[in-house]
Amino acid sequence: MDFIAEGFLKALHLIFSGNAEIFAIARLSLAVSLAATALAVLAGVPLGSWIAVKKFPLKKLLIALVNTGMGLPPVVAGLVVMLFLARSGPLGFLNWLYTPKGMIIAQFIIALPIITALSISAMQSVDPKFYQQVLTLGASDWQAIKVCLKEIRLTVLAAVIAGFGRLVAEVGAVMIVGGNIRHQTRMLTTATVMETQMGNFDMAIAIGLVLLTLGFIVNLALTLIQQNKVLAR
Amino acid sequence: MKNLKLFTAVLAAVLSFGCQEKPAPQSVVRLATTTSVRDTGLLDVLTDAFQKDGKHTLQAIAVGSGQAMQLGKTGEADILWVHSPDDEAQFVAEGYGTDRTTFLHNDFVLLGPASDPAKVKGTKKAAEAFAKIAAAKATFVSRADKSGTHKKELKLWDAAKVKPSAEFYIEAGQGMAGTLSIAKEKKAYVLADRSTYLAMEKNVGLEIVSEGDDALINRYSLILVNPAKFPKVNTEGAQAFFGFVLSAPAKELIEKFGVKKYGQQLFFYDYRIKSDYQLK
Repeated sequence: MDFIAEGFLKALHLIFSGNAEIFAIARLSLAVSLAATALAVLAGVPLGSWIAVKKFPLKKLLIALVNTGMGLPPVVAGLVVMLFLARSGPLGFLNWLYTPKGMIIAQFIIALPIITALSISAMQSVDPKFYQQVLTLGASDWQAIKVCLKEIRLTVLAAVIAGFGRLVAEVGAVMIVGGNIRHQTRMLTTATVMETQMGNFDMAIAIGLVLLTLGFIVNLALTLIQQNKVLAR
Repeated sequence: MKNLKLFTAVLAAVLSFGCQEKPAPQSVVRLATTTSVRDTGLLDVLTDAFQKDGKHTLQAIAVGSGQAMQLGKTGEADILWVHSPDDEAQFVAEGYGTDRTTFLHNDFVLLGPASDPAKVKGTKKAAEAFAKIAAAKATFVSRADKSGTHKKELKLWDAAKVKPSAEFYIEAGQGMAGTLSIAKEKKAYVLADRSTYLAMEKNVGLEIVSEGDDALINRYSLILVNPAKFPKVNTEGAQAFFGFVLSAPAKELIEKFGVKKYGQQLFFYDYRIKSDYQLK
């Protein structure tokens, strides 16, 4: 039991003494996961909305595929991205393997189906008549989608929270694509794995605590925005 | 629209905050190496010294020697630092690498729980120790990741003329540190390189039960990935790191490494330096 309490105390000491390396790692984790979430929102929300309002053949199959993608194992995403970014792979000329850019791509692929699928169901919760009505007022497809998105922005925000939560906690893809290189691609999750294996439990607990705190702060911010909007209605 | 602008601004701020770009594009050298070099902390020391001149960035991927050589075989890495002599010879013979230079050694140790259920303590010959473990069916944790340590372990089972059976043989599939942690929890025997063991000694709770056999020597080599085979290899960068490691300043760093922290030298440099490479 002692080593847990001891590890915890040492962890607190590491955090409050301002261990520069832990904070650099936290900064990178935050930047990569936020960037990937942002890109996934930019692509996934319009895509999901479009799938929701349009009628086309095999639509149900496509939605089923997107829903399946929500459970995409990060290690599989990581493996595929790694193979593509490898020097001998089709995107090798980018030189993005073992860089933060590569990790953002991998996390983008993980978040995209989540945000798309949640956007689809959010958009489908809008009364189709409302969408048709906006169209008859002379709006284009995208203008109508925009109007509808305004109605469901709270649900979309929930999708963003879900996406970010998944990414910041994810270890498999960033381990494969990033390589856990010190000062370059070491993330909070990969550092936790490494320190745990080394038996440095104090360091592992410290990094784990930072990870939890980080997730909490970002989610708190997003939730505040969401709830303020609820009250503003 | 306002939201989108705010969103973009936040995104830009986060990106500039997180990915603090290093000034000027440098030559990125990709080194594939073994976990022992990283887990002991030697890699950090050498990386800092190598990057000091500001011309190169070392991108060191610490995996087992087997995986490191796989990265060499696909031209993913520019230079290898590995410890699996038989595989290295084959790697060079097949034309994937050049200039293989064995420059460093330490040794493997057989670790076990203090209770020593297989009564291995005091056994000088490593193969004999392995035979005793098999005979007692005492739990043994294997790296099982085609690393240099794993290859050495397989050789020792061969020498002991035993084929380890699943009832006492745990295949971890992890790096040295991860495998040691499993061995600690399972109170098992495990083969480890001495440097990782010393680096983790306070956490690992296992004792050395057999050491000193010639069969337990652990030799590390540098290999340049053959640019004739893989045109994308950073030849200039790989040669710069090669030259740096085989220089007097690196030798000094390596020989001093760990003496203060662990009370003994972890890696023994045995390359005779010819060039007059200078650290700037």
